[in-house]
Parts: sequence; structure tokens; C-alpha cells
Amino acid sequence: MPNISDFSHMLPLAELEVGQHFYWDIGGLSVHGQVFMTSWFVIGALLLVSVLASRNLQRIPSGLQNFMEYALEFIRNLAKDQIGEKEYRPWVPFIGTLFLFIFVSNWSGALLPWKLISLPEGELAAPTSDINTTVALALLVSLAYIYAGFSRKGLGYFGNYIHPTPIMLPFKILEDFTKPLSLSFRLFGNILADELVVAVLVLLVPLFVPLPAMILGLFTSAIQALIFATLAGAYIGEAVEEHHD
Amino acid sequence: MDSLTSAASVLAAALAVGLAAIGPGIGQGQAAGQAVEGIARQPEAEGKIRGTLLLSLAFMEALTIYGLVVALVLLFANPFAS
Repeated sequence: MPNISDFSHMLPLAELEVGQHFYWDIGGLSVHGQVFMTSWFVIGALLLVSVLASRNLQRIPSGLQNFMEYALEFIRNLAKDQIGEKEYRPWVPFIGTLFLFIFVSNWSGALLPWKLISLPEGELAAPTSDINTTVALALLVSLAYIYAGFSRKGLGYFGNYIHPTPIMLPFKILEDFTKPLSLSFRLFGNILADELVVAVLVLLVPLFVPLPAMILGLFTSAIQALIFATLAGAYIGEAVEEHHD
Repeated sequence: MDSLTSAASVLAAALAVGLAAIGPGIGQGQAAGQAVEGIARQPEAEGKIRGTLLLSLAFMEALTIYGLVVALVLLFANPFAS
């Protein structure tokens, strides 16, 4: 099928490669190498910044430590709002990891000039613009909220499924499947759409015109990271919530 | 892929994203209108209203994005292209 990237040899600046991947064969599995490279980069950057910020802790924070404390406070408030004052504490690391990884991934795709590094096939982009990454994250959220429910209530967690009335049972079971589906598709679609819009605009007009779309992309990327973390928190909160009736 | 399949796929991709944009468009318009009304009535609550509005707009936008995902699958990862 003719691909948009067929036009790319006319414009050296613009390239659009969707559905083409840089495959690595690891133990009989073929994996998308470009996603691995960018996610390792993101993980490395996050590790580096957290180590640098917490290496020399001061009672009165300044600079990087101040910034990271602000980030931590933001994540803690997010978790507290969604899960509730009593239960939120053990889930702060999980929700924080999700938020920071997705946020830095999204922004790295938009801000870093990955195009300067050319791969034999495919291109480097935000790790979250690959459906595999987002599905993995969404399934982690599913596991987390099921674990949260069971560890909090034991088998009483199944009471959630018939909570207001037993008529809700099929819908609640269906919800367990639609939750990861919508989480993963929302993130994947938004990030890929941002990158596509920017790429198409760059293809048409390489200078200045794509800038507003890029700024909008930065904004929606940040919102999507926030939404993913908020929803993860809301699902966990829903699973651990006590019903008194 | 034969030409019939590709023609149908392109048409379906256009319809998928175009139709998926209608509902969320109406919804976002209504939400934004209500938010403006709320701010006009209570300007001191602007920050809170703005935050909630942005979050709910992103939720509505996700519905269009689902259509876009279907369109992208049809264009770039078509399961019927043999």
C-alpha cells in the first residue's frame, strides 16, 4: 500500500513512518527496538535526575531538590484526591512512576530531536506512541487495582461487583476489560495523533507553521499523563473503597 | 492489497474519524459553554473550573481518538491487506 513516507525523499526534513519498526530478535521474539531505546533513555533520565536531586539533601531545599519535592507533592496530592486520605500512601510510588514515565516519554517525543539519529527502519519517537507500551502500562494498572482490592478486602472484593445491585454484575465484569482498553487507546491515540499532526504539518510547511501544533501537542501530552495517573488512582480508589450498607 | 479493499479502507478511515468527531465536538462545546457560565457566575472559582474542564475535555477528546486509532489501523496496519 502506498505510504505517506513515499513523499519523504522530496523533503529531507520531513519523514512519516507509521507501522514501520526497527525489529530486534531476542530469544525468538521480535521486539520494537526503537521503543526500547527511547524508553531506556527516559528511564535513565528519570533515574539520573532523581539520584542527582536526592544525593545531597538539605533541610531547606533549593534548585533540583526543590523541584523534585514539588513534583512529589503534586503526585501525592493526586493520589490523595483519588484514593482517599487513609489508603493513598502505599500507592504514591506506583502512580508517581506512571505519571513521571508517561510525562517524560510524551515530552521527550515532542522536545528531543530524535530525527537526528536515523535508524535502518522505523524512527525514534515517544515510547508511548507505540501501542505495546501503553497496553503494558494499562495492564499494570489493571493488575494493581485488582491486587489493591484483594489485599484490602480479601474475597470480599467480589462484593464490589454486585455492589449497588446484582444487576450490575455483567457491566462490572465488562468494565474490567474496557478499563485497560480505553486507558491504552487513549494514551496511544493521543500521542500518535500529536506526532502525526506535527509530522504532516512539517511535511507541508517545514518552518514556523507547525509551531502552534507542537505547543498544543506539549499541552495535550501533559494532560494525557495526568489523566492516566488520575484514572489509575481512581480505579485503585474504587477497588479499596469501603461500602457500608 | 487489491484496489477495492484499499478504496474501502480509505473511505472507512475517513468516516471513522469524521463521524467520531461529531459527538465529542457537541459535548466539548456544551462543557465549555457551561464552564464559561460558571466562571461568569462565580469568577473566584475560575481555577477549579478550568482544571475540571481541561480534564473532562481530554476525556471527550479520547472518543475521537478512538475513531482516529481505527482510522490509523485501517491505513497503516490494515488486517485485510494480504
